[in-house]
Amino acid sequence: MASQSIGKAAAARLVLALVVLAVVSGSAEARPVKWARSGDALTLDPHAQNEGPTHNLMHLIYEPLILRDRTGKLVPTLATSWRATEDPTVWEFKLRQGVKFHNGNAFNADDVIFSLERALQPTSDMKGLLTFIEKVSKIDDYTVHIKTKGPNPLVPNYLTNLYMMDKQWAEANNTVTVQDYKEKKDNFAVRNANGTGAYMLVSREQDVRTVLARNEDYWGKGEYPLGVSEITYLTIKSDATRIAALLSGEVDFVQDVPVQDIERLEKTAGLRVNFGPENRTIFLGLNVGAPELQSSNVKGKNPFADKRVRQAVNMAVDREAIKRVVMRGQSIPAGVIAPPFVNGYTKELDRLPKVDLEQARALLKEAGYADGFQVTLNCPNDRYVNDEGICQAVTAMMAKIGIKVNLVAQPKGPHFTLIQKDPPETDFYLLGWGVPTYDSHYIFSFLYHTRSGKEGGWNGTRYANAGLDRKIESLAAEIDLAKRNATIADIWTTLSEATIYIALHHQMLAYAMKRDLDIQVSPENVVHMKFIAAK
Amino acid sequence: MRAADSPAPAQPSAAAAAPPLPQRGGNAGARRSRLAAFLDSDLLHSFLRSKLVVLAALVSVAIVGAAFLAPVIAPHDPYDLKSLSLLDANTPPAWEKGGDPSYLLGTDDQGRDILSTILYGTRSSLQIGICSVLLASALGLSLGLWAGYVGGRVDTFIMRIADVQLTFPAILTALLIDGVALAILKHHTIEGGKFSILVLAIGLSFWVQYARTVRGVTLVERNKEYVEAARLIGIGPLKIMFQHILPNVLGPVLVIATINLALAIITEATLSFLGVGLPPTEPSLGTMIQVGNKYLFSGSWWMVAFPGFTLALLALAVNLLGDWLRDALNPKLR
Repeated sequence: MASQSIGKAAAARLVLALVVLAVVSGSAEARPVKWARSGDALTLDPHAQNEGPTHNLMHLIYEPLILRDRTGKLVPTLATSWRATEDPTVWEFKLRQGVKFHNGNAFNADDVIFSLERALQPTSDMKGLLTFIEKVSKIDDYTVHIKTKGPNPLVPNYLTNLYMMDKQWAEANNTVTVQDYKEKKDNFAVRNANGTGAYMLVSREQDVRTVLARNEDYWGKGEYPLGVSEITYLTIKSDATRIAALLSGEVDFVQDVPVQDIERLEKTAGLRVNFGPENRTIFLGLNVGAPELQSSNVKGKNPFADKRVRQAVNMAVDREAIKRVVMRGQSIPAGVIAPPFVNGYTKELDRLPKVDLEQARALLKEAGYADGFQVTLNCPNDRYVNDEGICQAVTAMMAKIGIKVNLVAQPKGPHFTLIQKDPPETDFYLLGWGVPTYDSHYIFSFLYHTRSGKEGGWNGTRYANAGLDRKIESLAAEIDLAKRNATIADIWTTLSEATIYIALHHQMLAYAMKRDLDIQVSPENVVHMKFIAAK
Repeated sequence: MRAADSPAPAQPSAAAAAPPLPQRGGNAGARRSRLAAFLDSDLLHSFLRSKLVVLAALVSVAIVGAAFLAPVIAPHDPYDLKSLSLLDANTPPAWEKGGDPSYLLGTDDQGRDILSTILYGTRSSLQIGICSVLLASALGLSLGLWAGYVGGRVDTFIMRIADVQLTFPAILTALLIDGVALAILKHHTIEGGKFSILVLAIGLSFWVQYARTVRGVTLVERNKEYVEAARLIGIGPLKIMFQHILPNVLGPVLVIATINLALAIITEATLSFLGVGLPPTEPSLGTMIQVGNKYLFSGSWWMVAFPGFTLALLALAVNLLGDWLRDALNPKLR
């Protein structure tokens, strides 16, 4: 009896060993990846939020016509080629044939027209990118024409984060209308997804974990390495817990590495840390347009409407100290909210204002606030590198010139809602802005244009300048690049003078991962897993 | 007053032995004799007999004293943002390499002196702890007396609410009240608003224990002769409850209050650690531990170690005192 059971145990062990061997040898070509971030995607509705981590998850499941890769190059994705036709206001896109959505439906021109029109709806957060579109029309099943309001040389740049949905699926599931995120609305597409991407949604628990499996029918099989077989996308808000998970081997890849832990991670055997600049600037927004601040003790007037107050704030922020202490060297102090990657950026614009507390106090006194005033600073605590630390430092710097700041730090979901609400519910806030089009127009359109209809969606400052709005709109239809760049420079001169936002720094990124993965930092901070090979 | 007294009316004798009793009138002579009685009492004897309890008392007194003298003895004012310099941030304790003697226990990530912040933070934690215990005991006492004395539907109603609340962990109730209060007060940033909300949240989540204990004692007391006598000579129910029964239930309430003080301090620290407590610009011990926790892996151990140690020490000392008080006042253990 005894020997028989021992024999059984041995056999079981042998089987187990074989299984383990099979799994291990299998992992040579594909491996699962557990991926931890500080904050989750806000929604799965592909057009409801124009926000970094949301795009990051979207890009795994859905695909745009054209993709921008890590090096900034435009890569044909669902469109195989594109060109401006003889009529410069008409762009022709040839679509990839034989592509299937995850539910098996075929991808064709109807889906493109549907998706672009959906993205133009009032509740869409992507509409600001598409203001140039007049009409989208179908030529045949695999050819689409986009008619623009004026000649626009940058049409492809605006399409890299515009995901293609399945028209039939959307209609069948009653999700033709984009989710109204800031009013906390819900729809089928918020929790379910049906894209053409390399990964399919298996399960999702908002703010906890999202599981994706590799799409075995992916059109790009053979073309891309696709070395990751399964993705478990985890939200771990606490810095220490996220890093502990990587150190203990529980996760394979941490995208948001707290700057204070970089040194330790680099020294740890079996881990790798990759660095790079992000195409993103962190800045403070000021409510310049309201007659009175909601959170201030000053009644009947708005201190931030006075340019001298804004200049005083600008002078009191010690960006070098933030870089050295809060960011531990991982930032590039900034004088303008355009990252260096962007067309229109100049060193001249990015010159740092001198830290001068004397003059800042003098300016406040001149503006009639010799005793300072109170205001609430709204800050996210799970979005940007050390965002809450930056806000605390700013709070102390403001105290030095007599501005008493009440700091309210909260997760990015409620924080962004404060800015996007109409009218905005914040007087003073921290925001970071990335520029996927690599062009200043994107910044002008979302952050400076008067909030109206399609534009100014993220302009929480209530800044309104009709003359400037006209110049911004003229950019969308200017074909002469030299003239266009002159207008951009002109707009930046006006804005630099007006000091609507207080630029803090251009963000640097660090990704930490197990040594057998090699994920390079992308300037958009979007990791396209299909490019990753298993070792 | 001795244990040899009839053990049945245990609570009254225990309560009479406890020092902070409401004293009615009394002249110097009476006071002296009470002092003498106290010096000769079981309570003091049992206190002095246990070295651990004496040590706990000394530690509590030291921490509480230091905390309330914070504005006088702290080397820096951590709440004065003007005095902070980011360039002093992350300084290790004075005896470590790179330490600065003016920051004995080092600084946090914003350049605050850890020692001063601990002193001020303990003060906030204690203030919130004491206020919320007062709130909880006042509420629990009144409801317990009412339920026990009146009985009937009132009793059933109050006790069922208590039962329902008991099924939730106190921290959940506190989180809920905190969240609701914050949502209501979203646009009114009042000075000290966060303080009152925390006191309310913690106070409302700890009243049940008082209410149940007080009700139990009241049920026994209300059938005693002295209560009946009081009722017969026409004294109103409110007066009977608060003047005649209340002194006899104070003993157990005192014990619960002491033990709950430690619990309330820890709850405040937990709420702050979760980021819904005191703001990072006015750190309590919990907030400090939350901030320090981020730096656990980067070598800045002092940011979390010192506030954590202080919290543990304070909670332990107060708990030991509470345990001793419970044993000393329990006639069955004597």
